[in-house]
Amino acid sequence: MTADILLQVLVSGLLIGLIYALVAVGLTLIYGVMDIVNFAHGEFLMLGMYASFWAFTLFHVDPVIALPITAVLLFGVGIVVYQTVIRRVLKAPMLSQIFATFGLMILLRGLAQFFWKPDHRLIPDSLVSGNIALGPVQFGLPQVIAALGAVGVTGALWFFLHRTRLGTALEATAIDREAATLMGIDGQKMFALAWGIGAACAGLAGGLIATFFPIFPEVGSNFILIAFVVVVLGGFGSVTGAFLAGIIVGLIEVLGGFLIGPEYKTAIVLSLLLIVLLVRPKGLMGKA
Amino acid sequence: MSNRTVLDPRKALGAVALLAFALLLPLGITDPARLNFFILILMGAQLGVAWNIVGGYAGQVSLGHAVFYGIGAYCSTMLALSLGLSPWIGMLAGGLLAVVFALVMGWPCFRLKGHYFAMATIAVAEIVQILVTNSEFLEGAVGLSLPLDRSGLAAMVFLSKLPYYYIILGLLVVTVLVAWAIERSHIGYYFRAIKDEPEAARALGVSLTRYKLIALSVSAFLTAVGGSFYAQKEMFIDPGSVFVGAISIKIALVAILGGVGTLMGPVLGAVILITIEEYSRTLFGSTGSGTDMIIYAMMIILVAVFSPAGVMGLLQDLRRHLPGAGKTSETR
Repeated sequence: MTADILLQVLVSGLLIGLIYALVAVGLTLIYGVMDIVNFAHGEFLMLGMYASFWAFTLFHVDPVIALPITAVLLFGVGIVVYQTVIRRVLKAPMLSQIFATFGLMILLRGLAQFFWKPDHRLIPDSLVSGNIALGPVQFGLPQVIAALGAVGVTGALWFFLHRTRLGTALEATAIDREAATLMGIDGQKMFALAWGIGAACAGLAGGLIATFFPIFPEVGSNFILIAFVVVVLGGFGSVTGAFLAGIIVGLIEVLGGFLIGPEYKTAIVLSLLLIVLLVRPKGLMGKA
Repeated sequence: MSNRTVLDPRKALGAVALLAFALLLPLGITDPARLNFFILILMGAQLGVAWNIVGGYAGQVSLGHAVFYGIGAYCSTMLALSLGLSPWIGMLAGGLLAVVFALVMGWPCFRLKGHYFAMATIAVAEIVQILVTNSEFLEGAVGLSLPLDRSGLAAMVFLSKLPYYYIILGLLVVTVLVAWAIERSHIGYYFRAIKDEPEAARALGVSLTRYKLIALSVSAFLTAVGGSFYAQKEMFIDPGSVFVGAISIKIALVAILGGVGTLMGPVLGAVILITIEEYSRTLFGSTGSGTDMIIYAMMIILVAVFSPAGVMGLLQDLRRHLPGAGKTSETR
């Protein structure tokens, strides 16, 4: 009996953890390549959710079908953000860099509130719905599909970074910007690419959870904090670390909520951040 | 710019004139809503100047200052409700509690540099908000109300808005004086060294963590004092009004817009921000429409891209370009 409940809790932690990993991977990629933390990362996720919502509401496109469109849209948003704002603060003092992405965060939230109202919205039904049973344990199918999707995207990103020319160039820029430039890699292009991919990852995460998570302008605020914990735990700039840490954070969140009380689950995850900082500041797979 | 020298007479005169203006301003105002508008400006300015000590001078951007604000508000209110203590004492107690909290949170968080420190402060504020919202001792999400039966200076409860105006003006003056004293002292030099040349400062034997903790503590104390004032003015507090992220954002915004690291920048920022807030509300209806957020956000991004020193920096640039001024316009 209790073993079943525990199993149920662990699996749901794993499912949400894979989503956190996907959000965090984009954040850590951008940080790794250019040492800028994107405060607006949660807002990319929010835009991904709204993309699914409007595709469904206006064009009756199922959220699952809309995913590739969401990815392309958010890739574009990432590039535009980089070209219009981030590129201009690359050499600016750190304060300006913080203010720039912090300002973007508020801007995107404000725009969402202005155009789409602060209401909580839901996508009423989707191709994937219902539950699947695995022995005594039951899971929502949308959650399972979302987690599988997250694994697929993270895996594809890993493959891209390690097995393609362009991806290797991006990794090289992350490891040593100057050396990469000397090898003829166009730093500006790599930065833009990192923003595009990072935004697309967050947007895809948003699209994946849009079927079972309320959609509202400030939905990103929680995800950015959790993604931040994941990045710190995984080690700054490490994609593999973020993937593992995402799962750990998901498990701790759900397990902590189960043992202590669901109202404390976010506080538990955020406290994990302080513990990591005290015990192992470089995280699981951090370089320094 | 060396600040250790004698007072610049022009600046001193300007300060006296500004203070005289602020002291006389309420005489021309009969509408309580109008007076409240100026009280809000002074409150924003006080918080912005306090934030600037750690965020501006020491360059450690906190986006979780609501935690100190909330500690101040809750501490003075709880002491008044349970022990009947005067909020003047509660205000000091709240400030001290905020200092203790700043030291405890600063210890792990200052291991993070720059961007990540800012993010960690949001996380800490979020944790505290959740804990307070679920605390029975602090009445959770219901909040705390101050009784109306006691009024007068000792209880810091007044029927008219006017005393609140002068109290917050006094708190602002004290806060500005503290910031000014820091700016001129050796601590101020260390703060700027930490911000601009952390490695060089460390090499010279400046303990980075120690001075960051000092900056955060002073800032926390003054922010908590502002929180206590808010509780007395509103007579009601709940986690949603003092501990939320929106408060942290606003406190930082005031300083960022006006000009980080300048003495009077946050005051200017408060005038701009509160005015925008007020007019966007009357122009576009409720605050739920997001227009005020859009306007602030555009301003912050513009500041970040074009003038890291805020509106104050723009004004200084402008003055340099005017005839008769020096030729040092290329300082950025």
